[in-house]
Amino acid sequence: MLFYSYFKTLVGKEVTVELKNDLAISGTLHSVDQYLNIKLHNTRVINEQKYPHMLSVRNCFIRGSVVRYVQLPPGSVDVEILHDATRREARGGG
Amino acid sequence: MNLSMEDVPPPGIALVEELDKLLLVQLRDGRKIVGILRSFDQFANLVMEASRERIVVGNLYAEVPLGLYVVRGENVVLLGELDPARDPPAALTRVSEAEIKQAQRAEKEQEKIKQSMKARMDFLDFID
Repeated sequence: MLFYSYFKTLVGKEVTVELKNDLAISGTLHSVDQYLNIKLHNTRVINEQKYPHMLSVRNCFIRGSVVRYVQLPPGSVDVEILHDATRREARGGG
Repeated sequence: MNLSMEDVPPPGIALVEELDKLLLVQLRDGRKIVGILRSFDQFANLVMEASRERIVVGNLYAEVPLGLYVVRGENVVLLGELDPARDPPAALTRVSEAEIKQAQRAEKEQEKIKQSMKARMDFLDFID
């Protein structure tokens, strides 16, 4: 559940989600669940001309299994804390 | 940053807010289905009412009525909430089913020509 917890700390931030079908969507991270399904608000599709059907979509739900990358705002990762949490989880501490 | 494990919501309730709304479902094979979300589960299996397939070719689109559809979750890429003020997008022109099928065929033909040209030019490695 480490990455779920981590993504929860990013709620409200501006992220870009790149999908396995090469569609890339940026928007405000609204919520995330334990499958790493992602909900974005005020979405904008990168290369809108190629995906005109997305022009009428403002908020969307992305199934976790189709996500390739999530691009995060710079400075949103505190590596020290993630590092510690990883060790804690590996020990079974949670 | 607090990485705590508290308040994990029960699995698969993320779509509750989307119930009874008009949604655009993008499928893994590229198809797009527009309809009203009536039910779902933790796999994102969906029940869509009054659904239709929206076929987009270039700046043309058509809608093909489908009725009540159950979509298996693994095929779902994303669900977009359609903003009534922006739907259908102003950039797209609605045409008939026959016209869009024709446009689809023309696009496929174009793609085939492009691919065969590319295959012939393959020895020139500077061509993208």
